[in-house]
Amino acid sequence: MIFNSPALSYSLLAPILIILAGALIGVLIEAFVGKARRPVVQLSVALGSLVLALVQVIRIRNLSSTTAAMGSVVIDGPGLLFQCAILIVAVISIFLIADQDNFTSSAAALPGSDEERQATQSGTVLTEIYPLTLFAVAGMLLFPIASDLITLFVALEVLSLPLYLMAGLSRHRRLASQEAALKYFLLGAFSSAFFLFGAAYLYGYAGTVSFAGIHAALVGGTGNDVILLLGIAFVAIGLLFKVGAVPFHAWSPDVYQGAPTPITGFMAAATKVAAFGAMLRLFYTVLAEAQWQWRPFFMVIAIITMIFGSLVAISQRDVKRMLAYSSIAHAGFLLTGVIALNKAGLEASIYYLFAYGVATVGAFGIVTLVRDSSGEVSDLNRWAGLGKRSPWVASAFAFFLLAFAGIPLTSGFIGKFAIFSAAYESGATAVVIVGVLSSVIAAFFYIRVIVLMFFTDATEDGTSVVIPSILTRLTILISLVITVALGVFPSPLLDFIKPLAIFIR
Amino acid sequence: MTALLPLIGAILLATLPKGAELRAKQLAFGATLVTAASAIAMAVQFQRDNTDLQFVEVRSWIPSFGINYAVGIDGIALVLILMSVILAPIVILAGWNEAQGGRWSVKTFYILILVLETMMIGVFSATDVFLFYVIFEAMLVPVYFLIGGYGTGERSAAAVKFLLYSLFGGLLMLASIIALYVMSGDQGGHTFDLAKLANLEMSSTTQNFLFLGFFIAFAIKAPLWPFHTWLPDAAQSATPGTSVLLLGVLDKVGTFGMIRYCLTLFPEASKTFTPVIIVLAVISIIYGAILAIGQKDLKRLIAFTSISHFGFITMGIFAMTSQSQSGATLYMFNHGFSTAALFIVGGWMIARRGSSTIADFGGLQRVTPVMAWCFFLAGMSSLALPGLSSFVSEFLVLVGTYTRYPVAAIIATVGIILAALYILIPVQRALHGPTTPGNENLADLNLREKFAIAPVLAAIIALGFYPAPLLNVINPAAVHVNSQLGFTDPVPTVEGK
Repeated sequence: MIFNSPALSYSLLAPILIILAGALIGVLIEAFVGKARRPVVQLSVALGSLVLALVQVIRIRNLSSTTAAMGSVVIDGPGLLFQCAILIVAVISIFLIADQDNFTSSAAALPGSDEERQATQSGTVLTEIYPLTLFAVAGMLLFPIASDLITLFVALEVLSLPLYLMAGLSRHRRLASQEAALKYFLLGAFSSAFFLFGAAYLYGYAGTVSFAGIHAALVGGTGNDVILLLGIAFVAIGLLFKVGAVPFHAWSPDVYQGAPTPITGFMAAATKVAAFGAMLRLFYTVLAEAQWQWRPFFMVIAIITMIFGSLVAISQRDVKRMLAYSSIAHAGFLLTGVIALNKAGLEASIYYLFAYGVATVGAFGIVTLVRDSSGEVSDLNRWAGLGKRSPWVASAFAFFLLAFAGIPLTSGFIGKFAIFSAAYESGATAVVIVGVLSSVIAAFFYIRVIVLMFFTDATEDGTSVVIPSILTRLTILISLVITVALGVFPSPLLDFIKPLAIFIR
Repeated sequence: MTALLPLIGAILLATLPKGAELRAKQLAFGATLVTAASAIAMAVQFQRDNTDLQFVEVRSWIPSFGINYAVGIDGIALVLILMSVILAPIVILAGWNEAQGGRWSVKTFYILILVLETMMIGVFSATDVFLFYVIFEAMLVPVYFLIGGYGTGERSAAAVKFLLYSLFGGLLMLASIIALYVMSGDQGGHTFDLAKLANLEMSSTTQNFLFLGFFIAFAIKAPLWPFHTWLPDAAQSATPGTSVLLLGVLDKVGTFGMIRYCLTLFPEASKTFTPVIIVLAVISIIYGAILAIGQKDLKRLIAFTSISHFGFITMGIFAMTSQSQSGATLYMFNHGFSTAALFIVGGWMIARRGSSTIADFGGLQRVTPVMAWCFFLAGMSSLALPGLSSFVSEFLVLVGTYTRYPVAAIIATVGIILAALYILIPVQRALHGPTTPGNENLADLNLREKFAIAPVLAAIIALGFYPAPLLNVINPAAVHVNSQLGFTDPVPTVEGK
C-alpha cells in the first residue's frame, strides 16, 4: 500500500491559517502578557491577523478555481468573495468588540457574587474575547469554501462553539446573557445533530461525502430518491437554523437580546454571510439538479420567513429583539436568492450579504451607545426623543434602518432590487410578490423607530448617549460610509463580483 | 442643462450648514431663485415644435444592471418643472417664519426643502425608469421629515400614514419594474431606458398586471379615490409651505407618471382599464367636492378640493384625446398655483387667528381687506371662474373628455357646481358676515407677504386670459403621446389658444 503525503496548498489555505495562528497567539498572550498591556496587544494581534488574512485573500484571487487540501476545500470566486465579506465585517466589528464596557469582567464568576464585584472593581477586562472571535472567524472562513460534508460540519462547529461562549459574556443583565448562551448552545447542538443526520443520509445516497461525488451520483440518478430527499431536508434544516429562517428561528430573538451587543452585531452579520455562503454553494452546485425536490420547500420557507419576521417585528418593544426579527425577515429575502438558482441570484446574494452585514454591524454599534446609569438601554420606549438629544447618532441609526427597509439611495435598495429581479427571472413570481409586500410591512416597524427617535418627546428617565470611543466611532463611520457608497455607486462592487461569481465543483 | 439644476440646489445646500437662521433662509431663497431663473432660461431655449425629448443627458450609473442617469424633457415635463421651481421660492418667502415651530432647526427645514426641490426636478426629467423610481421613493424621506418635524397637530401620525401609503404603492411599482427589467433582458439586453421598455413585447395579461403596479402607485400619489385617505391628514398636519409642495408638486408626480409611464409603457392595458379609471376619476370629482363642502377645517377643505381636481386631471389623461391631455397638463400647472394661493393665504389666516377651523374666522373682509381679497381670488381660481387660469384647463378637459366619454363629462360638470358651493360657503363664513370676536385686531398682509402672493395671483389671472405660451409647449407633447398610443382625436382638434 502506498501512502501519498497530502497536498494541502498552503497558500490557498493561508487566510484561515493566519486567523488560526492569530487565535492561538491570542491564547498565549492570555497566559504570558501582563494584565495591563493585554487589551492593546490582543487587539493588535486580532486586527493584524484579520487584515493579513484579508490581504492574502485578495492576493490569491487569481489562483481561484482550484481545490486545496485534497479536494475537501474549493477555492473559487464566490468562496473568496464570501471570505472577503466575512473578514471586512470582522474588521469592523473588532473595533466594536474592543469597547470593553460591554463584556463582563470575569466570566467565570457567578452573577452578582463578590468575586464578580472584585473583578469589576479591580478593572479586569475580558480579553479572551479576541481569540474567541478569531476562532469563530476561522470557522466562518472555512464554511463557505468547504467542499465535502465532513469539512462543512467541522467548519460549522468551529464557528459555532466560540459564538455560544461569546453570547454569554455580557456585563449587564448577565443572567439573561447566560440564558441566551445556553439556549443558543442547546438549540445549536440540536441543529448540528440534524445536519449530521442529513449528511449521513447523503453519504448513504452517494457513497461519498465529497460534493463532487454527491453531484455525480445525483446526475447519474442511480441512488434511492427517498434517502436523497431525507438527506437534503436534514442538511437544509441545519443550515436554515444557522441563518434563522422560520420555523428554525426560535433561538435568535433571545440570543440577539441576551448577547453582548457587539457580539450580536458580529454574529448577525458574519454568521449570516458564512451560512448563506455554504448554503448557496451546496444548493447551487451540488443539489442544483435536484431542484424539484428542494426548491418548492425553500419557496415556502422563504415566504413564511419574510412574512413572519416582518409581522412579529412590529410588536417588539426591545430594539435588539426588533433587529433580531428584522434579521429573520432579511434571511427570508436572502432565501429568494437561493431560490433564484441563477448567476444573477448568486451575484445579488453576495452583494446583499455584504451590504446587510455592514449595515447590521453599524446599527448594533449604535445600540451600544444608548445607555443609562446601569448600562445599555434597549427598551425602545426609552429611545424616544433621541433625535433631539443626539441628532447625529439618531440620524445614523435612522439611515441604517432606511437601508434595512430598502429605501433607494441606500445599499439595501440595490441589494433588494438585485435579489428580487434574479428571483423573478427564475420564475419565482409569487416569492417576489410576497417579498415586496413584506418589505412594506418591514418598512413600517423601521419607520416606527424613526418616529420614536425623532417625533416623540423624551421620557424623563435620563437615557443618554455616551460619547463614543474612537474605535466605536470608527465602526459606525465605516459602516455608514459603505452603506451610502453602495447605495449611490454600487457599480464598482457589482463589477467586482460579476466575473468572480462562478462556482466550481 | 437639466442636470445643472439639481446640481445648483445640491451645491448651495452643501454650503448652507454654516449659516445662522436668517442666513439659512436667505441662502435657501437665493438658491431657489437661481434655480428658477435657470429653469426659465431653459424654457426659453426649449423648441416647442420638437416632439423629441430635449436637453437629453445620459451618463452610465450602474452598468451591470443597465441603469443610466438619463434625463430629458418634453413639453409636459417642462411645464411641471417650471411650476415646481417657481413655487419653491414663493413657498419660502411666504412661509418665512413657518419653520420656527418645528422640532429641529430652521436650517434643517430649508435643507429638506432644497433636497426636495432637487428631487422634484429630477423626477420630472428622468427618462430611465430606475432613476425615476429611485427619486420617486427617495422623495418620500424629506417630505416625511417636513411633515413630521415641522407640522402641527397629529403630525407624526400623518407623516407615517403618508409614508406607508406611498411606500406601498412604490413597492408595487418596484415589482412591475423588476418584471420589465427581466423581460428586457429576454428581449435584447437589460435596460431601463423608457423608450426601449416601451417597445417590449408582452402578453396582455402581463401588461395588465404591470400596468396596475404602476397605476396604483400613481393613484395613491395623485391621489385618486379610493386611494386618497392619507391626503387630508397629511395636508392638515403639514405647514402651509409643505402642503403647497405636497399637493402642488409632489402629487403631480402621480398624474405625470400616468402620462409618462402608464400610457407609454402599457398602451394596451391603458385602453383596457380606461373605463374603470374614468369611473374612479368621476367618483373622485364628486366625492372630493361633496366632502369638501362638509369640512370644518380650512386645510382639510383644501385637501378635499384637490382630490376633486385630481379627478379632473386623471379623467383628462385617460380620455385619451390630445385636448383633454393638454388640458390635464395645464390643469396640473394651474392647480399648482391655485392650491398654492389657497394654502399660502389660508396659512396666513390660520397663523394669525391661531385656529384652522373655518367657523373661527368671520368678517376678515373688514379687518384685513387685502388678505381677504387674495383668499377670494384664490378660491375663485379653485372653482375655475372664467377669466382665471383654471377655467381654461377645466374647459379643455371637459370638452376633450366629452368627445369620447360624454356621460362622464356631463357628470363631472356637476363637480363644477359643487365647487362653487365648497368655495363660496367658506368664503362667506370666513370673509363676510359679522366679525367674530377675537378677530378685530388681526394684521393685514405685510410687504413680504404681498411680494410672495403677487406672482401667484398674477399668474392665475394672466394665464386665464392668455394661456397660449403654455399650451403651445404642452400641445405638441400631448399630441405626440396620443399618436404613440395610436389614438387620433375623434373630432378635429380645436387648438386651445
